[in-house]
Amino acid sequence: MSEITNDWPVWEVFTQKKSGAPHEHAGNLHAPDAEMALQNARDVYSRRNEAVSIWVVPAEHIVSSTPEDMGPFFDPANDKIYRHPQFYSVPKVVKKRS
Amino acid sequence: MNFNEKSAFMEEQARLDEFNRKLEAGEKIEPKDWMPERFRKQLIRMMSQHAHSEIVGMLPEGNWITRAPSLRRKLILLAKVQDEAGHGLYLYSGTETLGVSREQLIEDLHSGRAKYANIFNYPTLTWADIPIIGWLVDGAAIVNQTMLAKSSYGPYARANLRICKEESFHKKQGYEAVALLANGTPEQKKMVQDAVDRWWWPTLMMFGPHDSNSPNSSELINWKVKTKTNDELRQSFVDRTVEEAHAVGLTIPDPDLKFNEEIGHWDFGPIDFDELYRVVNGDGPCNKERLDARRSAWDNGAWVRDAASEYARKQKLRTIKAS
Repeated sequence: MSEITNDWPVWEVFTQKKSGAPHEHAGNLHAPDAEMALQNARDVYSRRNEAVSIWVVPAEHIVSSTPEDMGPFFDPANDKIYRHPQFYSVPKVVKKRS
Repeated sequence: MNFNEKSAFMEEQARLDEFNRKLEAGEKIEPKDWMPERFRKQLIRMMSQHAHSEIVGMLPEGNWITRAPSLRRKLILLAKVQDEAGHGLYLYSGTETLGVSREQLIEDLHSGRAKYANIFNYPTLTWADIPIIGWLVDGAAIVNQTMLAKSSYGPYARANLRICKEESFHKKQGYEAVALLANGTPEQKKMVQDAVDRWWWPTLMMFGPHDSNSPNSSELINWKVKTKTNDELRQSFVDRTVEEAHAVGLTIPDPDLKFNEEIGHWDFGPIDFDELYRVVNGDGPCNKERLDARRSAWDNGAWVRDAASEYARKQKLRTIKAS
């Protein structure tokens, strides 16, 4: 049996369902280079026209926040209720119309 | 306990509390979240077995691609087998998020260390076995995977959701071909009934041992990796499948099969779990054939992987030189 040395890097795959929609994470795969990553992504994640466009990104190039940071990292947004429309009162007559 | 030990213990406890709170709240556990070692280990076991089953599952059906009775059936079978490869890849990807490498997973399968679904160690003797696999085996897989699409481990849930979307085609094409044979010539009818007789009991075994004898099951249910027990899933499969069999005039090979008015379910006879253990532990009719086929597919594809790696290496060198 040949030695198992599949050290191909992981590529994260993002697919766009239809033109105008955002690219969303679909999954990942191993591939030796970008071209094969793209072709394999089509075969693995879009066998039924699930995508009109595909991005592949080397997984090592993705920077993400960590679960431990979740509280402190996002809390600057917590006390800014004035960023939401519900914060503002509108005269009743106007409210009824909308 | 000294101060350091004590604070490490408390930190561990806080993480466990957070893990349990998430499960309780119905939130998903994601790869970067803390999880108990046992949870990780059990998930690797379960997810890799699932992945291996998809990959080995291509073999009994793949055998019939060249002999499918029409171009239509050939195209369908090709598409189905390709889907199974895709399902294996979704699940391997999901398993890798738990810190195990693809190489390790493949190595475990090829060395015979890893287990996979009992069902793929049975031979596909006639064409009728292919429709029957689609109807029964994929039908059983749908019952299981519909539950797993709600699993508490995010990557596993997402992989199963994707699988479920494709699996209903597998079952439907199978049932359509079963119905065609069941309404065909006497020979065709006999052939398809013979296939039901051979595949029925192994399919019921796919759901695993009885709940009273399934130590992994209750743990996985506590973690909400699974939300139904083996027996619940098996019952739900029997209920829907018996009706489908009767609709096309096929008989289920179980003299004890009887509708239980009281509980509204089909009662069925005892399952030979000794056979299940024998087949899962390597002593089924086709275990050796399946693993040999896997290994030779891997070996015969080595030059393709090597060429792809070498091409990528050269392209990279060229880009570096050019800049």
